Amino acid sequence: MNAGGSPVGLLEPDRRTPEEPVEHRRRLSTRHSLGDRIFRRAAFGAGSVTVLLMLAVGVFLLLRATDALRVAGWSFLTEQQWSPETATFGVAAILFGTVSIALIALVESVPLSLGTALLLSEVVGAKVKGFLVSLVDLMAAVPSIVFGLWGVYFLQGAIIPVSEWISTSFGWIPIFAVTDADGLPFTEASAFTSSAFIAGIVVGFMVVPTQTSIMREAFSRAPIGEREGAYALGATRLGMIRTVVLPFGKGGIIGGTMLGLGRALGETIAVYMIISPIFTVNWQVLKTGTNSVSALIALRYGEASEFGLSALMAAGLVLFVVTLVINFTASSIVARSRSGAESDD
Amino acid sequence: MTDLLQPDTRPRTTLHTDAGTAPDGPRRGVRGSTARQRYDLIGAGVAGAALAGLLFGWFAPLSGAIGWVVVAFLAFLGLYVLLVSLDSDGQDVRDRLATVLFGSSGVILFGTLVFIVVYTLTRGLEALAHPNLFFETMEFAGPLDPLSTGGIAHAIVGTLIQISIALLITVPLGIGTAVFLNEVGGRFARFVRTVSDAMTALPSIVAGLFVYAAVIQGITHERSGFAAALAITVMMLPIVIRSADVVLRLVPQNLREASYALGSSRWRTVWHVVLPTARSGLVTAVILGTARGIGETSPVLLTSGVTGAMNTNPFSGPMISLPLQVFDFVRSPEPGMVARGFGTAAVLLVLVLALFMAARALGGRAPGDLSSRQRRAVRRASARDEERFAGYERRRVIAAAAGNPPTAPVPPAPRPPSSLPSSVQETS
Repeated sequence: MNAGGSPVGLLEPDRRTPEEPVEHRRRLSTRHSLGDRIFRRAAFGAGSVTVLLMLAVGVFLLLRATDALRVAGWSFLTEQQWSPETATFGVAAILFGTVSIALIALVESVPLSLGTALLLSEVVGAKVKGFLVSLVDLMAAVPSIVFGLWGVYFLQGAIIPVSEWISTSFGWIPIFAVTDADGLPFTEASAFTSSAFIAGIVVGFMVVPTQTSIMREAFSRAPIGEREGAYALGATRLGMIRTVVLPFGKGGIIGGTMLGLGRALGETIAVYMIISPIFTVNWQVLKTGTNSVSALIALRYGEASEFGLSALMAAGLVLFVVTLVINFTASSIVARSRSGAESDD
Repeated sequence: MTDLLQPDTRPRTTLHTDAGTAPDGPRRGVRGSTARQRYDLIGAGVAGAALAGLLFGWFAPLSGAIGWVVVAFLAFLGLYVLLVSLDSDGQDVRDRLATVLFGSSGVILFGTLVFIVVYTLTRGLEALAHPNLFFETMEFAGPLDPLSTGGIAHAIVGTLIQISIALLITVPLGIGTAVFLNEVGGRFARFVRTVSDAMTALPSIVAGLFVYAAVIQGITHERSGFAAALAITVMMLPIVIRSADVVLRLVPQNLREASYALGSSRWRTVWHVVLPTARSGLVTAVILGTARGIGETSPVLLTSGVTGAMNTNPFSGPMISLPLQVFDFVRSPEPGMVARGFGTAAVLLVLVLALFMAARALGGRAPGDLSSRQRRAVRRASARDEERFAGYERRRVIAAAAGNPPTAPVPPAPRPPSSLPSSVQETS
């Protein structure tokens, strides 16, 4: 990259006579040509417009959210109900639903993407690999509404027997139980529809491509010398993966997982189509009813009054802050693992 | 210490004196598989499926297609371990089991992707079989009308208008910002990069909410295609900036230095060296951003408004796009509307796949990695240059033979700068 002040233009001529004693370091100053000055202005302008636009989004969200946050106070984080009209509203239940869907997505997507990334970087040959890598990229481009349709019209019906089986076999673990208000176990299939579990599985498939490509990239950076060393010492492929590829790719695994988490938290339309929204914390992830911040915004923006909109802004702001923290942590982990891998080459 | 004068007679590392001529041993294959391994896989697979078919409904507590797959898969894993352990030790069994697990995760992932695409397309066939889907609108078609009336022409037009407006804003702004980050630099550029990285975390529904509250409620007071395009822009811009930034960073530094060394100014270097070198990567970045922008429903859900009529004016009145039209169709319980929804989703999917293929065909190459056509063009250009240089030489010789030595050497005309990066790559 070019540092800002590398002397490219014309140097100012040195006007001193040779007899004059040199007292200071000679100052080199740059005079840019007209074209360069226009170019720098234009590039600077593009950067500034981008920053202004993006800061506008952040500042606007913050300003509009303050109305609601001032009314709700700290109870915004603990209240489960969402009724801005009566000034009792909070993100506890919604945030819980968002996080539970994202965690279910991760439970599914992390083993899948880890296995696929290792398959791509270690097992298959170069030709198949190129094809499969573009297939992964293609999967990242499939619109989320298509995933949503698949989830509602195919997966929901097919997965309910599995949900029932999990809840009858592992019902003694509280989160897998599906009970009615009296604590008796539900058995009808209708109790298992539109659950956080189904939404989580669909979102999981949506974030696998992101995670796979980051992990695969990290794995393929594992130095060839160490790989061959492990093989030369008689390691099996699994031994080589465990001693070389995984330690080198650790940053990629963590970072990819967190970037996937960020996407899973923000996913809207597929979740909105699948879940049936409720406003209580539902620990039973297999049972009907959950919620997410983005689905709430999609559900309530139309009917919202001025103040209701401000409350939705506050919810959106909370979601944005959470994904922001996750993304920054993730990209710093990925970046650090990258620089480490390079210095070892 | 060893006496240096005495010859050292201790055994030393033996070196092959004929290093390089001795034949290497057979290369150890770490990626292939032997016939035995393949038979193990096939046998275990068939046995697992058979066992699951036998057990299913009697012992296995699961039911349904997914349950069958789970039981068959577990049986397959157990049988495979058994088969491999017949003639291998524990290390090898673990290694082969791990390989099979990696393979299965790939099969699950790619199988699901292909299944999702095929499922959408087959369920969409019912509506796609009626060509009026592409030419009519839903203005006069109700939910109970047969599939032979009504269509999504208005949504296709809406998508094209919205994405065009979004691209008009995103491409100059995004690539300009990426150029600013890479070619100008400085403290402010680092700040810009941080902010645009932060914005990739912005959930797309929040982008929609921002435009809804700031533009629609604040200024226009009605939903319009332009507002939807703005929401798509807010969502797409960070994606395009980030991927363009990565591509520009991959342009080799020595190309820039060569250009500066030839005396070109900064903007000439950017325009004639950096951007042409990164062209295919930039095209890919823009097309993949477009695919994301076309497919997102949530920013347009809040901003574009729902309509069944054709609207070609982005500044007034609601203008629906394909993903939102899908969403609107499947909200209806009528099977006809759901079929239309799948048909629309199939159109959207094909559009995104086509964009993706275009991105693969046009770009996806590292800077300086040329296609065969570009390579031929470069070869022709350098043949022309050679011809020109030979021409100078001939003229010099003729002039010398005619008895009037050249007063000044004829400088070779500078090459057109646009051929610079490719020719540098070609000769290096």
